[in-house]
Amino acid sequence: MTEPTPVPTAPAAASGPPRKLRFHVLRHDPRDPASVPHTEVFELEEAAGMTLFIALNEVREQLDASLAFDFVCRAGICGSCGMVINGRPGLACRTLTQDLPADITLAPLPAFELIADLSVNTGKWMRGMSERLETWVHSVEQDPDLRCIEPTMDPELADRIYELDRCIECGCCVAACGTARMREDFVGAVGLNKIARFALDPRDARTDADFYELVGTDDGVFGCMTLLGCHDVCPKGLPLQTQIAFLRRRMARTGLG
Amino acid sequence: MKVIYTDVLVIGGGLAGLRIAIGARRRGHDAIVLSLVPPKRSHSAAAQGGMQASLGNVAKGQGDNEDVHFEDTIKGSDWGADQQVVRMFVNTAPKAVRELAAWGVPWSRVRQGDREVIINNQKVTITERTEAHGLVAQRDFGGTKKWRTCYVSDGTGHAMLFAVGDQAIAQGVPVHERKEAVALIHDGSRCYGAVVRDLITGELTAYVAKATAIATGGAGRVYRVTTNAVICEGIGAALALETGAASLGNMEAVQFHPTGIFPAGILVTEGCRGDGGLLRDANGHRFMPDYEPEKKELASRDVVSRRMEEHIRKGNGAKSRFGEHLWLDITLLGRKHIEHNLREVKEICQYFLGVDPAEQWIAVRPAQHYTMGGVRTTYTGESPTLRGLFAAGEAACWDMHGFNRLGGNSVAETVVAGMIVGEFIADFLEGPKGDLDIPTALVREAVEAERAKLDVLLHGGGGERADALKIEMQQIMTDKVGIFRGGADLEEAVHRLQGLLVRSRSIGLRHRADGPNPELVTAYRTQKMLKVALCIATGALARTESRGAHFREDFPRRDDSHWLKRTLASWKDPADTLPCLAYEPLDVMSMELPPGWRGYGNKDYVDHPDTPRRAEELERLRERLQGTDRHAVQAEIMPYEHLLPARFRGRNERIDERMP
Repeated sequence: MTEPTPVPTAPAAASGPPRKLRFHVLRHDPRDPASVPHTEVFELEEAAGMTLFIALNEVREQLDASLAFDFVCRAGICGSCGMVINGRPGLACRTLTQDLPADITLAPLPAFELIADLSVNTGKWMRGMSERLETWVHSVEQDPDLRCIEPTMDPELADRIYELDRCIECGCCVAACGTARMREDFVGAVGLNKIARFALDPRDARTDADFYELVGTDDGVFGCMTLLGCHDVCPKGLPLQTQIAFLRRRMARTGLG
Repeated sequence: MKVIYTDVLVIGGGLAGLRIAIGARRRGHDAIVLSLVPPKRSHSAAAQGGMQASLGNVAKGQGDNEDVHFEDTIKGSDWGADQQVVRMFVNTAPKAVRELAAWGVPWSRVRQGDREVIINNQKVTITERTEAHGLVAQRDFGGTKKWRTCYVSDGTGHAMLFAVGDQAIAQGVPVHERKEAVALIHDGSRCYGAVVRDLITGELTAYVAKATAIATGGAGRVYRVTTNAVICEGIGAALALETGAASLGNMEAVQFHPTGIFPAGILVTEGCRGDGGLLRDANGHRFMPDYEPEKKELASRDVVSRRMEEHIRKGNGAKSRFGEHLWLDITLLGRKHIEHNLREVKEICQYFLGVDPAEQWIAVRPAQHYTMGGVRTTYTGESPTLRGLFAAGEAACWDMHGFNRLGGNSVAETVVAGMIVGEFIADFLEGPKGDLDIPTALVREAVEAERAKLDVLLHGGGGERADALKIEMQQIMTDKVGIFRGGADLEEAVHRLQGLLVRSRSIGLRHRADGPNPELVTAYRTQKMLKVALCIATGALARTESRGAHFREDFPRRDDSHWLKRTLASWKDPADTLPCLAYEPLDVMSMELPPGWRGYGNKDYVDHPDTPRRAEELERLRERLQGTDRHAVQAEIMPYEHLLPARFRGRNERIDERMP
C-alpha cells in the first residue's frame, strides 16, 4: 500500500502581509429603550485558520466586551451559531475567514426573536415547533421490557432515518425561507423534515391522517412555495427538497383521499 | 423577589439532566430543567463514536457480557472506580440502549453476512450472524476486550440527545433556557435549590426545590486546549464546592483525548482508531506498536495520549507553525466507510483543516477531553454531606471512571446515571428525607448575597480584567497540569492560580449592563473556574503516584499501598485561597477485581497489602463455586443488585443468553 504524502494542514502562509478584515455587525439590544439597530464596524488582522468563532471572540476580547453572540460546540455540530454571513444564513463556527472577502457583514438570523446583536432565540422557536408537531416517537408499546432483546430494524432503514435525524435545529432553513417571513406560524423545513423522519420510522404508530392533522395546512406543507432556500443553506446538507416534495404529495393524497 | 417552587430542580439540560427529569416526571413529580443553552445544543451532542453496552450482537462482540464490560471499565479506571457502581452501570447500559431504541434513536444495525473491516492494518472479513440481522450494532473502541460500542454513524450523542430531548418535551418537562444557577441555596446540611440568573434579562430568581441535581458536564474549559464546548466550564462542580458542605472527588483525574485536531482541539472520534485508523509520526511511521505491542492504537486513552507526547518529545513530531503534532491516518478505511460511518469527522476535517480524510492524514495532538472527577456522590447520586443535592454524568464523581474513563463509557454514563439517579431522586421525594421546611430568610439571604456579588463586579470599580485572568488560568493548566506532571510544575501552578484567584476578587467590568452581558458572565464564572482549577492542581500535587490519566514523572509508579483512595476537595471558607483535601480509602477486601496490571501501559506498580489476601480469597471462592453460573458467582463475590432501583434490575437478554 502506498502511503499518501503528509500534507501540511494549516493554510499555507499567505504571500504578503495578512489581510485587514472589516466586520460589519448589525447591533441592537431590544431591551434597551435607547438602542436602535445599527451597523458597527470592527477591524481585525486575519490569522491562519481563522474562523468566525475565533474572530468574534477576538472582537469581544480586544474591541468590545459587550458584543453578544452564541457559540457552544464550535465544531459545527450543535447548531448554536447560525447567523447571516454576507447575506447567507450559515454556521459561523465553521466558516473560515479565508473563504470570505475582507468586508464581512454579520447579522442575526431573521424570523427568530432577537436577544441582542447576533444572538437569537432559536431554542424557544424550536421547542414551540416540537410541541406543535409532536416530534417524538409515538410508540405502540408504552413500557417495553428493557431486559429483552431489542426489536430488529432493517439496517438500510435505520440509516435512512438517521439521514433525516441529522438536523441540528440551527434555524438556517427558517431564516432562508420566504414563507416563514410571511407566515409567522409556518413550521419551516426543519418541522417538515421532522414529520418526514417520524413518518419513515416504523416505531412511530402515527398514520398519514395523523400527520395531515399536524401539517396539512398553509402553515404546514402546503405553505411551502418551493423557493428552496432551505435546501441551499442547510449546513448538514439534508435532502429537504426531496422530503418536502414527498411529504406534500403524501399529504395531498391524504387530504383528497 | 421572585421564587419558583418545584420538586426537582435539574441544573443542566444535557443527556443526564434530561433523563433525570424524565424519570422524576414518570414517577409523578414536577421537575424543572435549567439550561444555559437550548438543551439540544448541550455538549452531549458532541459524543460522536458511541455508547458502550454489552449487547454482544456483532460477531466481534460475541461472548461479551456485563462481566467483561465490568473488567474493562475497572482496568481502564486503574482501579480508581467504585466497583459496585460500575456493576450497577454495566447491568443497566444494555437497558439504556434498548430504551433509547424504543424512543427512536436510529442505532446503526447489524447486516448479516460477510463484510470487510480493517483490523491492525489488515483487511479482514467478518461474517455477521443471521440471527443478529437488524439488531443494534457495535464497533471497536480503546481498552475493550470485545466490540461493545453501540453507535449511530458518528453522530451518536446527537441522535441520543434529540431522542431524549424530544421525550422530555413529550413528558411536558419545562426547560428554562438561558438560565444559569449562580449559587446553591443551603444551610450547610440541606440543599434547598438554587439562585438563578436569567442570561437575557439579568434577573435573579430563587428556585426552591426538594431535590436539586447538578448535571452540568465537565470542566474542560479550565484548560486552554480542550475538545470541550465553550459552556463546559465546571460551574456545576464549583456551585457544589462553594457550599463548603459538598465535596469534589478526584478532580486531578483529567483525561486527554489522543485525537484533538491540531491546533484547534476539536475532537475526532476514537471510532477512527476503533474502525482501523492508525497513528503516524513525522516520517509516516506507525509508532504505537513500538510502545504498546498488544493494544497498539487501541490502548486506553491515557496510555495512547502519553505515548504520543513521549514520541513527540523524542523528536518525531511533525512540525508546523503552531507547534508539533502527529498524524491520524484513516485513508486505509476507504472513502465509502468514511462517508458512511465517519461523516462528522469528514465534515470537521473539511471545514476546519481543509483536508479530505479519505485522501489525506489528519493533524492531531492530545487535548483535554474529560473530567473524571466531580461532585462526590454515593451510589444513589446524592452528596453524602449535603442532603438533597444530587449529581449525575460528567459533573459527578459517582464514581465509575476512577482515574481514566474508557471511550464510549461517558455518553453511556449520562443516560444510565440519569435513569438510576432519577429513580433515587423520586424515592427521596417520596420518603421523609425529601420533606422540606423552607426557611424563607435563607432563600432571601441567598439571593441578596448573589445580588451583592454581581453589584461589586458591575460597580465595584475593580481593575482586573476577567478574560485576561481566565486565559492565564487556562494556559497554566495546559502547561503545568497536563499529561505529564511534576512536583515543581504543580507547585508553580498552585501558587500562580492562587494569585489569580486573589486577583479575581477585584475584577472590574468595562461594560456595565445587567442583561445580556458576556463580560459579566465571564467575570463570575472565572471566579468559580479558578476554584475548580485549584482543586485539580492541588489534588495533582498531593497525589505522589501515577494512576490512570494522572501521571507524575517524579512518581511514575501506581502506588496502591499509599494511594488507593479517592481525593475529596472542599472549600471551607469563601475567603480561602486553597481547597482542603481529604481522602476516602477504597476497600480492597470488598473488591470483585483486586488491583493488578491493566493489560496495557506501565507494568510497574506497588501492591496494596490487602491485594494478595483478597486475590487468594477470591481464588478459593471461585474454586468452591466451580460449575455455578456466572451470575451466581458474581453475586457471591460482590453483591450489588439490591442497590439498583427495582425498575432496572434483572438480567439482560442476548442472542447467546436467552431469557429463561
